[in-house]
Amino acid sequence: MMSQSPVLQTRSGTVVEFTGVVKEFSGLRALDGFSLTLHAGECVALLGPSGSGKTTALRVLAGLESTDAGSITIDGIDVSALSTSKRDMGMVFQSYSLFPHLSVGENVEFGLRMRKIKPAERRSRASAALALVGLGHHFDRFAHQLSGGQQQRVALARALVTEPRVLLLDEPLSALDAKVRVQLRDEIRRIQTELGITTLFVTHDQDEALAIADRVAVMRSGNIEQVGTPEELYSRPATPFIADFVGLSNGIVGIVRDGHAEVHGTRLPLIDPAVAEGPVRVSVRPEDIEFAPEGLATTVVSSSFLGSLRRTTVRLPDGSIVFLQHGVRMHPKTGESVFLKFTGVPVSTEPLEAARVALHQS
Amino acid sequence: MAAVTGSFTANGVAHAPSRTVRVTVLSLIGLIFALPIAAMIEFTLRAGLVGGYNVDRWVALFQSGFTGVYRPVLVALGNSVALAIGTVIIVMLLLVPTMLLVHIRFPYLRRVLEFICILPITIPAIVLVVGLAPIYTVVARMLGSGVWTLAFAYGITVLPFAYRAIQSNLDGVDVRTLTEAARTLGAGWGSVLVRVLVPNLRRGILAGAFIAVAVVLGEFTIASLLNRVNLQTALVVVSKVDPYTAVILSLLALAFASMLLLIIGRLGAPRNQTLRRRTTVKGPA
Amino acid sequence: MYVVLFLAVPTLIAIGTGFFDTTGAFTLATVAALGDPVVLTTFFNSFWLSALTAVVGAVVGALVCYAMLGTRPDGALRSTIDSLSGVLAQFGGVMLAFAFVATIGIQGMVTLYLRDMFGLDIFENGVWLYSTTGLILPYIYFQVPLMIITFMPALQALKPQWAEANATLGGTTASYWLRIAFPVLAPSFLGSLLLLFANAFSSYATAAALVSQGSQIVPLQIRAALTSETLLGRENLAGALALGMIVVMAVVMIGYSALQSRAARWQQ
Repeated sequence: MMSQSPVLQTRSGTVVEFTGVVKEFSGLRALDGFSLTLHAGECVALLGPSGSGKTTALRVLAGLESTDAGSITIDGIDVSALSTSKRDMGMVFQSYSLFPHLSVGENVEFGLRMRKIKPAERRSRASAALALVGLGHHFDRFAHQLSGGQQQRVALARALVTEPRVLLLDEPLSALDAKVRVQLRDEIRRIQTELGITTLFVTHDQDEALAIADRVAVMRSGNIEQVGTPEELYSRPATPFIADFVGLSNGIVGIVRDGHAEVHGTRLPLIDPAVAEGPVRVSVRPEDIEFAPEGLATTVVSSSFLGSLRRTTVRLPDGSIVFLQHGVRMHPKTGESVFLKFTGVPVSTEPLEAARVALHQS
Repeated sequence: MAAVTGSFTANGVAHAPSRTVRVTVLSLIGLIFALPIAAMIEFTLRAGLVGGYNVDRWVALFQSGFTGVYRPVLVALGNSVALAIGTVIIVMLLLVPTMLLVHIRFPYLRRVLEFICILPITIPAIVLVVGLAPIYTVVARMLGSGVWTLAFAYGITVLPFAYRAIQSNLDGVDVRTLTEAARTLGAGWGSVLVRVLVPNLRRGILAGAFIAVAVVLGEFTIASLLNRVNLQTALVVVSKVDPYTAVILSLLALAFASMLLLIIGRLGAPRNQTLRRRTTVKGPA
Repeated sequence: MYVVLFLAVPTLIAIGTGFFDTTGAFTLATVAALGDPVVLTTFFNSFWLSALTAVVGAVVGALVCYAMLGTRPDGALRSTIDSLSGVLAQFGGVMLAFAFVATIGIQGMVTLYLRDMFGLDIFENGVWLYSTTGLILPYIYFQVPLMIITFMPALQALKPQWAEANATLGGTTASYWLRIAFPVLAPSFLGSLLLLFANAFSSYATAAALVSQGSQIVPLQIRAALTSETLLGRENLAGALALGMIVVMAVVMIGYSALQSRAARWQQ
C-alpha cells in the first residue's frame, strides 16, 4: 500500500494515493472510503454514472473540496492541509473556465504570473505550451473568439504550462461535438504520454475512458467497483454492473449446469466457476454472436449500417431480442430468417433472481 | 462544520462570502432601509401633540369607509386601477402579437423591436410630458378629457418592463418549434396562438401585466403635470391636508406593490430553473 | 403606429418646441436659454446629485449583491430581496418623500430621537431636507435597489470555475478578485453606474413631492416652466430644458450600451 516504492520513483512522474477517503455533502456520502493509487506517469480514468462520486474524488485531490476522513498523499506526503493553490496541480474543467477578459496567451501565462516568473520567460513558455496543443497562432485571441474545442485546448495548455505534478481532467470533452471530442481525446492521450505526467481523468463516457487511460476505475456510489486496464475491464468485468456499463452486452436468460452456462442449446464456458447452478442471466458481447449456416433459428428485426461494421437485431425463438455486430458485406433484411451461434466466453453470469432485483434498483 | 467552511475559504476557492459576512452586510443594510418604513409606521401611530401612540388613525380610516375627506383618494384609486387595467390591455394586445410575429416570422426585426421597446427608459417621463402636453389637448378635443386617456401614455412608460418580462419567457421557450409542431398537427394560426403559445408564455405575460400594474399605480409625473387625478397625485393633495392619512395610504400601497412583485418573483422562479437545466444540457452555445 | 404617436411624436415635439417660438418661427433663442446662469446651475445641481447618489448607490448595491452571492438564485431570500428592490426602485416616488419626511423631517422619528437622546439637531444650519441636499438620502434609497436589480445578474455570471482555475493555477483569493473578478465585472459595474445616474437625473416624483418651492434641479425647472410659461422671460423654455435632458440621457445611454456590449461578451 505504501507508495514509496523505489521502482516508481525512478520515473519522472508523481505518485498519488487516496486512502479511505470519505466526503459527505449534507448527509449524502459522495465518497465512501475511496482508495486508489495513481502510479508515476500513469493516466487513470475515473468512470461512472453521474452521482457516483468521480468528480468529487478529483476535486478532493485538487483541494477544491475538503475531506471528512482518510488521507491523500502526493509522493508520500499528505496534502490534506495544503490549499489548492499550493498543491501544484494542473486542472482542466468541463467548460467555461478560461478567464474571459484575458487573451489566450494571458490565460496561459496566468499560472506563471502567480509563480512570479519574468515576462520574457512567461511569454516563451506560454507560446511553447500553446504550440504543444496546436494553437501557436492564437496567442492574442480571446476565449469568446474560439470554438469549444479550441477553448479546451487552451485550458489544457494553461494547466500544463506550470509543469504541474499531476494533471486533473474533469470531463473536459463532455461539452464538445462528437468529432472534436474524439480528436481532442487522442491528442490529450498523445500529450500525456509524451510528457509522462500523472493524470486523473474523470468521465461518464466509457469509450473515452477506455481510449485514453492506462487503467480505468469504475465508480459506483462513492466507491470503486473495479479497477484495471481497459482490456481487463472489457473482457473480465468483475460484476454485472460493469459488464453493462463498459461496452455493449446482451442479457440472455440461460441455465448453469455441470460447470457450463447453457444458452439456447449452446454450452458456454463460465468465467466464474463459482456460480451456483440454476437459472441465470448471461451477458454476451455482440461480437461473440455470429451468423452461421446452421444453429439457432432467429428472425431479423432490424439492421443498421455503422460505417465500419453493421449492427443487426434479431428475435430469438423465445421472443427475446439480441443484437450482434458483423462485417458490412453481410446485409440481413428485416423478416429474413438467419441462424446464429454463440462463441467466446460470456463476460458475466448472474443468478436470475439477483438480476431481477438489480434491474429494479437501477 | 465551521472548520470545514473555514478551510474552504482559505483555499481561495470560494468566491462567495462566508455566512457571517453575508448576514452582517444584509442585516445592516436591511436595517438602514427598514428605517424610513418604520418611521412611516411610527408617524401614523403618533397620538396627537401630547405624545404616546395609538392606532386611532388606522381605525378611523377604515371605519369611515373612505368617505368624507377620504373620498377623493378613493376616486383617485379607482382612476389608477382603471388606468392600470387599460394600460395592461393596450400593452398586451399590441405587444404580445407583435413580439410573437417578430419572433416567428421576422427574426431580423428583433433588434429593431427591442430598441423601440427599451427606448422609453432613456426618455425621462418629465421630457415626455413636455411633448405630450400639446398632444393631449388634441386627444381631449377628440375623446374628451377622461382620465383613462392617460393609459396611452402609460402604455409607453410600461413598454420596457413588459417587453423584458415577456422576452425572458420567450427566450426560454422554443416558440418556433412549438409553432411548427402545432402547424404540422393541423392547427391554424389562431389556435396556435391561443392553445399553444399563450399558455407557454403565461408566466411572462402575467409578470409583464403585474409590473405594468405596479408602474401605473406608482406613476406621478405624467398625471401631475397633465393635471389628471390618480392615486399618487391624490396622495400629494391629501398629504397637504392630512399627512397622517397620506402616509397610511402610502404604506398600504407599498405593501400592495410588494405583494404584487413577490408574486412575480414566485412566477419567475420555476422559469429560471428550466432555463438553467437547458443550458447545462446544451453545453456551450 | 401607437408607439409613433405616443413616444416619437412627444419626443420630437419636446425637442422641437425648443427650437420654435410661439408664432411658429424657427429660433435658437430658447436653446440659448440653456446657457442662462440659472439654468446652468440647475443642470449642475442635477448633475452632482445624480453622480453622487449613483456612486453611493452603486457601491452599496454591489455590496448587497456580493453578500447574496452563493445563495440559491430561486431561494426565498433572493426572491424577497428582488421583489422589495423592485418596489423601492420603481414604485417609490411620492411615497419616498413621505417616508423621509417621517424619518428625518422636522418632526421625523430619527430627528426627534437624535435631538432627545444626544441633543443633536440635524437641522442646526437650516432645514435642508426640502432642498437639493435633502434629496440625497431619498435618492440613494431608490438607487441601491436599482443597483441590486441591474448588477446581480452580472455578479451571478461569475463562474465558480474561474475561482477554481485561479486556485489550481496557484492564485490566491486576492489574485482572484484583483486579476479576475474586478476586471470581468468592471464593464457591468460602470454600465449600472450610468443607469443609476440616468435614473436619478430623470427622476421627478420624489423631488416634486419633497421640494415645493424653487427649482433646484432640471425636472423641477421643467415643472416651473410648464406651469408658468414666462419663467426667465422666455417662451418654450420647457422644450429647451427637455432637449438638454435628452442630450444628457443620450450621451449616458450610448455609453451604457457600449459597456453592455462589452460585458455581454462574457455573459453568455
